[in-house]
Amino acid sequence: MSISKEPYRPLIVAFCCNWCSYAGADLAGNNRLAYPADVKIIRVPCSCRVNPTFILRAFQRGADGVILCGCHPGDCHYTSGNYYTRRRMALLFSMLDYLGIERERTRVEWVSAAEGAKFAATMNDFCETVASLGENKRLEDLRCKK
Amino acid sequence: MQEITRDTLISRAKELLASGEVDRVYGWKRGEFCYDVTPALFTDAESLEKDFEWGDFCGANLSKYLVEETRKSEGKILVFMKPCDTYSFNQLLTEHRFDREKVYVIGTPCAGMLDPKRIRDHAESFTSVVSDENGVTVSTLFDGDVKLDRSEVMPDRCLNCKSKKHVAYDELFGEDGGTIASGRFDEVEKIEKMTPDERFEFWRGELSRCIRCNACRDVCPACTCEKCVFDNPNSGVENKAAENSFEEQMFHIIRAFHVAGRCTDCGECSRVCPQQIPLHLLNRKFIKDIDGFYGEYQAGAEVGSRAPLVDYTTEDIEPSDAVKGGDENA
Repeated sequence: MSISKEPYRPLIVAFCCNWCSYAGADLAGNNRLAYPADVKIIRVPCSCRVNPTFILRAFQRGADGVILCGCHPGDCHYTSGNYYTRRRMALLFSMLDYLGIERERTRVEWVSAAEGAKFAATMNDFCETVASLGENKRLEDLRCKK
Repeated sequence: MQEITRDTLISRAKELLASGEVDRVYGWKRGEFCYDVTPALFTDAESLEKDFEWGDFCGANLSKYLVEETRKSEGKILVFMKPCDTYSFNQLLTEHRFDREKVYVIGTPCAGMLDPKRIRDHAESFTSVVSDENGVTVSTLFDGDVKLDRSEVMPDRCLNCKSKKHVAYDELFGEDGGTIASGRFDEVEKIEKMTPDERFEFWRGELSRCIRCNACRDVCPACTCEKCVFDNPNSGVENKAAENSFEEQMFHIIRAFHVAGRCTDCGECSRVCPQQIPLHLLNRKFIKDIDGFYGEYQAGAEVGSRAPLVDYTTEDIEPSDAVKGGDENA
C-alpha cells in the first residue's frame, strides 16, 4: 500500500475494437470531449479477440475495472465476431458474479465509430462507477504489485 | 436378464481379442486397495484375468484415454463405458479428437459409483466393500462390518445422475435407462442466493485449498488441447502462488470457461480433486447459464451438435443483463 495522499484514481482498462470503438475514441478526441485519463485503451482487431483470460489478467495486474467496447451487434467488421463476444462475456460476467466479484467492475458497451459522444459518456460513467467501488481487492494478485 | 459381472465383461473381451476384432482393451485395474482403481490398458487374456476390475470404484471416465491410444496404431481398441462416459465420448467425436472406427464400445450398466472419501466418513480403515440391492457392506479393520445405504456413500455426481442412457455403443450389456431430471443445479442455486460477500468467502474458502496439482485439468475429458495455457510459465498461473491471491480463482474460472459448452457434467474434476473442492459447481454454473440464456443444451448428447459458445443468434442476451438475475436473488 502506498502512503501517498493523492486522491484515489481507478485504473481502467478498455479493450476497443479497431473498427468501431477505437475510431469512436478518436472521434471523441477530435471533438474535444473529455473523458478521464484513467482509461487505458488497448486496441484489438475485434471485440471477439478478447479472451476471458485477458480480462482476468488485467484485474490480476491491478486494473480496477475492465470495459470491452465493440461494434454494435450486426455491424461487426468481420460479420459475426461481436455475437461471439456477447455470448462469452455474458457467461464470464455471470461467473464472476457467482464468485462474489462486484459486477460493476466489468462492462461491455457497443460503441460505433460515429459515437464519439457515447464513448466519452460511457467512459465517464464507468470511471465514476468504478471509483465509487474503490480499489479492486478481490481480484488483485499481490505478486503483481509493484 | 443376465446379470452383468466382472466375468461377463472379461469373457467378452477375451472373445474379441481372440477373434482379432480388437487388439487392445481399455478398462480399469485394481490398485493396492479396493478403492484405488485406475484406468489401464490390457493386451492379452492373462492380464485381463489377473488385473481387470469392474465394480463400484470404476469411476474413471475412459474416453479421454482414447485420444492418445487411437493414434498409437491401426488396431481397434475395446473400451468399457458407463452411461455418463458415453457423453464425453460423443463430445470428443464431435471435436474430431479420435477416429470412431478405431474404437469398439461396450456399454456397461451403472448403479452409481461409490466415493471412498464418503465411505471413510462412516467407516474408517475399510478394507473391502461389497454392494448389492440392499445396500453397501463395508468391512473395516477395527469396527467389523458396517452396513450403509448406497445413497450415503455415492459421490455428488452420481446422486444427481443426469442419465442412465448410453448415447454411444457398439454393444450394450444390461438394459439401457433414460435421462433423469435430477436436482443437479440445486447446489448452484443455493450459492446464487447468497450475498456477493458470502459467495466470495465461500469460493475463497474452497479455492484457497487448491494445491494446483492440475489433476482436474488432466482428467477432464473436454480438456484435450495439446498445448495448455496453464503450462505457459508466463501465464502467471502456472504454479500455486505462495500467498492467498487471485491466482486460484483465475485458474479455476479459466479452467471451467475453457470447457464451457463442451462440459458434459461427468464430474471427473471433483472426483480426482485431492482437496475435495467442489469443482463441478463451477462447471454446472456454466451449464445452468447456457441452458437459461441459449436454450437447453447437453454436450455429447449427439455427435455433431454445435456447442453454444461457437454459435450465436442475433437476439442473444446482453452481458449486462446476464447478471441481473443475480440481483433479484441477492
